[in-house]
Amino acid sequence: MTTVTSEIAQAPRAAQMARFARLRRLEQWRYVLLLLPALVFLIAFYGYPVAAMLTRSFSEPGWGLQNFEPLLQARSALDAFGLSIPMNAYIRVFGITLQIALIVTVFTLLLGYPVAYALSSVSPARANLLMILVLIPFWTSILVRSYAWMVLLGQEGIINQALIATGVLAAPMQLLNTRLAVYTGMIHILLPFMILPLYAVMRGIDRNLLRAAGNLGAAPSAVFLRIFLPLSLPGVAAGCLLVFILGLGFYITPALLGGQRDVMISMLIQQQISQLNWGFGAALALVLLLMALAIYLLFTRLLGVERVFGSARA
Amino acid sequence: MTDMDQATYAVSGAIGSLGARVIFDRIEKRYGSVVAVDDVSLDISPGEFITLLGPSGSGKTTTLMMLAGFEIPTAGEIYVDEDPIAAVPPYRRNIGMVFQNYALFPHMTVGENIAFPLQMRKMSKAEITRQSGEVLDLVGLPGYEGRYPRQLSGGQQQRVAVARALVFNPRVLLMDEPLGALDKQLREHLQLEIKALHEQLGVTIIYVTHDQEEALVMSDRIAVMNNGRIEQCGRPTELYDEPSTRFVATFIGESNFIDAVVERLDGTAVCVEAPGLGELRAPMRSGLTAGAPVMLTVRPEKIVAVGDENGMAADMNVVTGTVDDVVFVGEMRRYVVVLPGAQRLVLKAQNRRGVQGFARGDPIRVCWNVDDCRIV
Ligand SMILES: Nc1ncnc2c1ncn2[C@@H]1O[C@H](COP(=O)(O)OP(=O)(O)OP(=O)(O)O)[C@@H](O)[C@H]1O
Ligand SMILES: [Mg+2]
Repeated sequence: MTTVTSEIAQAPRAAQMARFARLRRLEQWRYVLLLLPALVFLIAFYGYPVAAMLTRSFSEPGWGLQNFEPLLQARSALDAFGLSIPMNAYIRVFGITLQIALIVTVFTLLLGYPVAYALSSVSPARANLLMILVLIPFWTSILVRSYAWMVLLGQEGIINQALIATGVLAAPMQLLNTRLAVYTGMIHILLPFMILPLYAVMRGIDRNLLRAAGNLGAAPSAVFLRIFLPLSLPGVAAGCLLVFILGLGFYITPALLGGQRDVMISMLIQQQISQLNWGFGAALALVLLLMALAIYLLFTRLLGVERVFGSARA
Repeated sequence: MTDMDQATYAVSGAIGSLGARVIFDRIEKRYGSVVAVDDVSLDISPGEFITLLGPSGSGKTTTLMMLAGFEIPTAGEIYVDEDPIAAVPPYRRNIGMVFQNYALFPHMTVGENIAFPLQMRKMSKAEITRQSGEVLDLVGLPGYEGRYPRQLSGGQQQRVAVARALVFNPRVLLMDEPLGALDKQLREHLQLEIKALHEQLGVTIIYVTHDQEEALVMSDRIAVMNNGRIEQCGRPTELYDEPSTRFVATFIGESNFIDAVVERLDGTAVCVEAPGLGELRAPMRSGLTAGAPVMLTVRPEKIVAVGDENGMAADMNVVTGTVDDVVFVGEMRRYVVVLPGAQRLVLKAQNRRGVQGFARGDPIRVCWNVDDCRIV
């Protein structure tokens, strides 16, 4: 011990600083090493294919921007989807996609907020138990769950049968292959993605703040509006962002549950690729990616990244 | 409180009010099988500064929470100014509270935090601004309205919490270990400030701490809690000089304990027989019978070392032993003495010219006044 300290004491200051700097660099490299395996995997099997795919939007069938031209035309028909309307059908599909994602986000928020609130109010042990219920849907694939909705919503489905049996309806109602079915299925699948970030933030809210507000004269409604709600906003932002961006890319659920006119971009991309229109499919994918990025940046710019992904205590 | 004092308040502003009387009447709080607060009765006078002192888990916070309305007693009733408050929801109780970690709203500025209770009382903007400014002056933070709590030091946050709890003129102020998170120097400074504030405002303060020194310095009265019960309640000097239980004697200050058996009661004193030490005497206490095992307790600073036999008064207990350890603590020396029968005694002797010093292994003769010890 003494020899070490005397050595350091004798070493010139500059050499000491260099040594500390080296130690710090080593420290940083440790974290890089921890990241390395996942990073290599992602770059090799995700980053490269995505980049290659997106490059095709400029390179197939020939180099240039011709793949983006259909998006800029005043009108173009997409007869395959029955969308021969007097406006650019591609833009229209982007519009439908945004609308569906937005409505799904709003409804998952309305449904998820009370659930997360309840989860965050009970004891942690009970919350863990209830959380399993929230997460059970994750144990089955999206495909199976979408088929399940088909069983429920079909002409011969349980809902129609029940309504006819009880005399509410005389003939089966069109439930499947409607926009409503798309919303229902997507809300069902995306709800946990709203609840989880909401719950995480709400758990972090110090209950003493709510007591303090009550002590200072706030009735329960004022405690919620003035204290709890503002402190839970980072969770609202994170949940909405997650659900909205996931919703933008939905494919199976709208394809199975939606009607002819409920076309989302990912379905369009799938259609182009299956017709071997790699270039145009890639162009659509690039636009979708840019849209998601733009929305992400808008959110974080408006709210601040640390508020979206930080805790309420910060 | 005199008319004179009230006149000064009128001039200095609207902050400050006469304290309320608070009565805990046989309060009990159970959580399942855990009894957090057990048969607590307290009568707190208007304007009193009373401290609940006790170790962790002794029920101090639970007691405060029941008064604030966040916990409901399983038995008993609490009265504020003669009115039972069981049916009053927390937000109508008008009781100020400083939480252990201050519980300042992180998304509001200091000004907004302090305005909050006034907004809840539907006060006008002008009135709120005036009163906020005044209370910030009072706690020594003028001009801090625009800062967020996270931009303040611990001591400043504590002051804001006090300001927020006082701004709506509560007649009772509860403080749950308000200085627990601060360093020693700042604590001592703020102890005096809170004390001064109390004297200036006249509000009833119920203060919680597990720091006995803090309790002794600040309180008019201290209620010592242990396992949910009040072991003893009294003025600081009473608790220190006349502890009624072993727990109180250990928890407040340092104490020696000598195992003994009651020999006889002679009207004004109890004579006990301690193994190896012979007969010792203590002030009379009720509920004792001859032959009962007891403990005699005496404070280290009440014991003095004496030479041989010189002027030994009759009202003194005298024992002899051997010095086992000497520790120099600045203004005094602390001796550990081993007595016959292997009992130990700690005593403190002032470092003064003329006071004889002892070394380890020296034989020593010590005595203390009969009135300075207790049977517990
Ligand atoms: N919500 C609760 N559920 C079950 N037991 C509780 C609850 N709140 C408090 N207790 C128990 O009641 C007892 C008293 O707790 P309390 O918080 O009043 O102690 P305290 O004196 O304030 O302690 P500290 O100094 O650590 O703050 C403890 O044994 C505690 O475990
Ligand atoms: Mg406590």
